[in-house]
This record gives sequence, structure tokens and C-alpha cells, in this order.
Amino acid sequence: MPGRIQSIERAAAILRLLASGARGLSLAEVSRSLELPKGTALGILRTLQHVGFVEQDPESGRYRLGGGMLSLGTRYLDGNELRTRALNWADTLASRSGESVRIGTLHKHQVLVVHHVFRPDSSRQTLDVGTLLPLHATALGKALMAFDPLAVPEEVASVETDSPVELTSFTRHTVATMAALEEQLTGIRDSGWGWEAEELVDGEVSIAAPIRDRRGVTVGAIGVRGAVERLRGDDGKPDMEQVSYVRDAARAISRELGVTPY
Amino acid sequence: MSQQYVAAIDQGTTSSRCILFDRDGRIVSVDQREHRQIFPKPGWVEHDAQEIWTNVEAVVQESLQKSDITPDQIAAIGITNQRETTLLWDKETGKPVYNAIVWQDTRTDDIVRELGAEEGQDRFRARCGLPLATYFSGPKIRWLLDNVDGVRERAERGELLFGTMDTWLIWKLTGRHVTDVTNASRTMLMNLATLDWDTEILEAMGIPASLLPEIRSSSEVYGESTGYLAGTPVASALGDQHAALFGQTCFDPGDVKGTYGTGTFLVMNTGTEPVTSNNGLLTTLGYKIGDAPAVYALEGSIAVTGSLVQWLRDNLGLISTAPEIETLARTVEDNGGCYIVPAFSGLFAPHWDSDARGVIAGLTGYVTKGHIARAVLEASAWQTREVVDAMNADSQIDLTTLKVDGGMTADNLLMQILSDVLDAEVVRPMVAETTCLGAAYAAGLAVGYWPDIETLRANWHKAAEWNPKMEPEVRRREYHNWKKAVRRTLDWVEREDGE
Repeated sequence: MPGRIQSIERAAAILRLLASGARGLSLAEVSRSLELPKGTALGILRTLQHVGFVEQDPESGRYRLGGGMLSLGTRYLDGNELRTRALNWADTLASRSGESVRIGTLHKHQVLVVHHVFRPDSSRQTLDVGTLLPLHATALGKALMAFDPLAVPEEVASVETDSPVELTSFTRHTVATMAALEEQLTGIRDSGWGWEAEELVDGEVSIAAPIRDRRGVTVGAIGVRGAVERLRGDDGKPDMEQVSYVRDAARAISRELGVTPY
Repeated sequence: MSQQYVAAIDQGTTSSRCILFDRDGRIVSVDQREHRQIFPKPGWVEHDAQEIWTNVEAVVQESLQKSDITPDQIAAIGITNQRETTLLWDKETGKPVYNAIVWQDTRTDDIVRELGAEEGQDRFRARCGLPLATYFSGPKIRWLLDNVDGVRERAERGELLFGTMDTWLIWKLTGRHVTDVTNASRTMLMNLATLDWDTEILEAMGIPASLLPEIRSSSEVYGESTGYLAGTPVASALGDQHAALFGQTCFDPGDVKGTYGTGTFLVMNTGTEPVTSNNGLLTTLGYKIGDAPAVYALEGSIAVTGSLVQWLRDNLGLISTAPEIETLARTVEDNGGCYIVPAFSGLFAPHWDSDARGVIAGLTGYVTKGHIARAVLEASAWQTREVVDAMNADSQIDLTTLKVDGGMTADNLLMQILSDVLDAEVVRPMVAETTCLGAAYAAGLAVGYWPDIETLRANWHKAAEWNPKMEPEVRRREYHNWKKAVRRTLDWVEREDGE
């Protein structure tokens, strides 16, 4: 039987330490408390950060437990259950917005469409539940990435180091670099909703907002998708009325899942 | 101020709701209140009609106030209700003489058997479209007359009134004693051809005609409301399944809607002539709009569909929430040879075998819980297929589209299987609340809020659609196997002679 692995024991000790304090800990505090060399502690913290178990506060530089840790050990929300709970609200969103509605959850490094409501007109449409969409080129994916630390594009996840990665381009508008994507995500964390214009399909815009459960964990995103002429204003910004419909729906479903409205 | 909304009151088995709709048929506001289920003895189920009325008043007021809507903005009130539930009350005081006896209540078992004595359960079927069964109101009235002190005497003196829940609410709202054709068609007391009370059946059941409300259409102004919505016309009444048919805009002969809840109710529009079923379906009213000819329907109900999923969750513990059935069923490609026939308390349409009991057939060492989950979903689909086959045979119209609603329509795999086994398109409309929508539509038509049924048709939008993907050969084989499994359930319960 192989022996114990020291670095995993140390990682566990770091997680226990971070879990014990309410405020984040600095690198120096972590290494002092556990009597670890700073370099070793930093390596472990960065690895834990990469898998979503640890977060670093961008301002203070302190470390704390990440969202990935919170969702461990608690039952994940079944996609079929999410659809069932969201059914009425997704219908209402399609009816108010006049656009097709999709609900997506994180599946490996892509968005899995778990619910789709047709655009309310008489046009012929096909159900695309079960389809996988790229995280970085859809509003659903951006909303997931902004609030779920485990949501990282395929291209980033498959790279070991911090070397620069190139995101797959679907149109000439697709966000190409991690830096540009990070900037978008910061904006989404700020505003609570995300959008993209022609990043996946020419002529189409999508708008989405995160769905949270009672623990505050982001379990999915809901959004509308439609023609750029309908969803984008002359000022180059998304139609704010549509944004408000999307956010109303996301809030209503989150309430359905037990989030208190304040 | 212009009248912008129609209020639909849905007086259901477990709760009362009020939903406000706008001109596009969209939900604007909802309020809901549950009422007590009273179980005095095994098999007995009652509701407190006074409590229901208080709840209805509350949900109407609350649904408006929640969305800052004032009573003068309401163009009309529509009513849809649990069917067959029976109430008698005093004409003068308005006090019920007894709790409402709910449709599920089986206390009339003996009365029903006695009434059928020589000719059997189909004794009144040609006149009223229904077999003798404990659900329907007629035998429940008879029970009240026979068993509650003084009720027969007071009824014969003309002091009492009978009503199903629509009648009770319209009487409380407007003071008028009326019912609509769809609710009347579930009493066993209405003649399908004349749409009036059938004196022969009344006589056979010993029910004084003075108890009965006037039978009106489903869509007309019955009177003006008093109370919170004072002055607003009360303008529709439809039994819940009939309202769902109307809300699904099933306006053409051959249109079928299926409501998938704990059980499933399939209703087919058969046009302006009643169709007698040779295949175990009920002949009933679809709806009647004002002076237009009445539209008839065939109804087939399936006792156990969604409740089989609950059984898998609560009794077997194979899943922790109902929607997980789909996740579990998707872990396998097919049923692995396993079939489940949930004849928990016999089989309804088209078999009508109360002695049938459920089976899980085709078990081998290969079968996993995934296969069982799949067989559970398939059971809902094949039971639907049997009813649809009966409808096609009776009506001579082949189903091309099934319009679905109800909680189970959230299960995409079930919807695909349904389309596969029916070899027909399955569509889910945008507004899932088709029952309330149907009542709102009928009320709105009566007051001119909507000009005609074409406008309603234009409001109907597909939220999702499923098309058949199953090979005909596979469909044939699976249906054959399903029928084989059904045969193994029949006559399971053995009764002593004379039972």
C-alpha cells in the first residue's frame, strides 16, 4: 500500500485553517500557523485556488475558502429539478420578452442547456435541451463564470501553468483573451447580469443572469437570445427592459430555490 | 379607467386560487389558499364550503392588491372548479346542511350498486354519458337525503338548494342559482341531448327537481358580483378539465388535451354531436359559448401517472425528488425488457377493471434501477396511448397533436417518449395554467373583452414541441409487450361469490 502524500495533508491543513477564521488569512499567516515555508504554502494555495477551493481577495490579497468548497458535500441541484422549479418563470420570461429562453448549468467546462422555451411567434423552432455551449461566448456562460469559481473555459482548464491561452473564436466578435474575459466578468459581478453581442452567432445577442440556491451558490443561469436588431439599442448597449425581465426571472427562480429576497 | 384584466377563480380540490390575465392571455397576478381536507372515516373526504368561500373572497382581493390593481380594472370574473363535489344549503340562511362531499369520496358505493342492480353500471349511460360510479354528484345528493337528519323533508318542502362548487360560488357572488353544462354533465342528472335535467334519472335516484340549479351555457353573464368586486359580471363556469380543454384552445373536432398531474385527464373535442363510446370513455360536455351549439367531448382518465413517480420516491426511495426520475431514466438507453403497469386500485379507461392490481413484468438479472425509472415514464405514455386509441376508434378521427399541460410536462424525456409511442406531435403551450386561462377566456368572450375565439387562438403559443423519433417496428414491439404486461394485471383480486 502506498504511503501518505504529504502535500495533500498540507492542503487539508490549509483548508481547515481557512475554514476556522471568519476573515481571510495572508500568505504569511498561513505559512506561520502551519510552520510551512512560504514557497510551499504559496504553491498549495495557488493549486487550491485553481480548482476553486480557495479564493484570494483582489484588494487585501488574503486567502479564504472558495465557492467550490461550499458546494462540496451538499447535494448538487439536478438539472431536471431546476427545470421543474423554473418552468413557470421561464414561460413568463419568454412571454414578456418575446424571445426564446434558455436555462444553462455548468457541465465540465461548458454550458449544458437544461431548459428551452420557444420564442412566442409561429415560427418553426427545435428544442435544444441537452446542447452544450461554450462558456466564454454566451451570456449564460459568462454569468456562470462570474459567480461560480468552478466555471472555467476548457482552454484554460486544460493548461497546467499560467501561460497565456487563446479562447476559441466563433465570430470576429468572440472575446479572444483571458484578460478581456476577466474584465467582462468583473463587470458582471458588479452589475449582476451579463450579455454578449454576436460572440457566438453573427446577428444574435444574448442576455443572462445567475440563478442561486438558498446557500447563495450559483446553480445555473437563465437568459434570452435573439436578433441583434431587437435586443441591442442604437447606443450599442442591450435593451434595458429586456435586461430587467431576465433579472426578474432569475430572482424569481432563486426565490423558488429558497433565496430570501434581501 | 379601461378594464384591463379578467379574473379567473380556480376552486380546486386542495386549494382556491385567483389568477388575473391580461389581453394577451398572460398571467399578471396570482394568489392561492389551501383549505382543510376533512376525513371523517376511511374513504370519506369532505370540504367545509364556508371555509372555501372565505378563501375565495380572500384570494380575489389579495390577487388584485398584490399587483396594485383596483376592482374597476376587472372586466369579468370566470370560474373553474373541482368537479362533482356536492353541497346542499338552505335557500334562506345560506347555511350548508352538511360539509361538501368531495369527488374522491367513496361513501356512495352501496347506493351506486343498488341503483345499478338489474341493469348494471351502464343503466343511465345512454342518457347522461356516464357509468354509475361514486364520483358523480347524483348518488352523493341521494346519500345526503337519506342520511342527514331532516334533509329529505326540507328538500321536499323546497327549502334547500344543491350545487357543485361553481354553483355555490356563483350563488354567493350574485345570489343566482345556476350551473353550466359542463358541471351539470358530471352530476349524472343531465340529459346529454336536451342539456336539461333528466326527469327519469331524477325519479330513479329519488332527487326532488326543486333542489337543482338552472343549467346555463359556460360563457354568459350569470349576474353581477357583490362584495369586493361589486358590479363586475360573473361570466363563465367550467369544470376544471373542460376549462383546460378551452384554455388549450382545443376548438376543433379531434383536438385533444392531456393534463399530467398525479393522474392524467385526456379530453377530446368531438364537435356538436355527442359521441357514445364503445371503448370505455366518458361522453361529456366540452363547453358551450352563449347561444352557440354545445360542443361535446370524450374523456379518458388515467388514475396513476405522476403518482407512480411519487411511489418510486416515497415507497422505494430510488429517487429523492420527482424530477430526478428523468436523470435516473437517462442513465440507460431503454427499459431493458421491464414494464410497469400501475394498476394500484384497478385500471380506468379503457379497461375499467377494478380487480386489476399492478405488476412489474419482464424482470431479469440485467434490469437496473435506471430501467425501472424508464419503465415508470413509459407507463404514463402507454396508458395515454390506450386512451388515445379508444378516442380515435370512438370519434373516427386520428389524433395528430396532443396538447399537454400539468406538472409532469417539465419532464422532457417523458414528453419525448409520449410523442414516440403516440406517433404524434406533442406540444406544451406557453401558459401552463390552462385551467384558469380557459375560465378567463370564457368570461372574457361573454363580455366582449376578447371579440372571438380566433383571437384566443392567436394568443396560444408553443413553449416546446416534441416529434416522434421511434422506429415503427420498435413501437409495435413495445406496444405488444405493454399489452402483455397489462393482461397480467387483470382480475388479480379474487372475490367471494355474491360480492
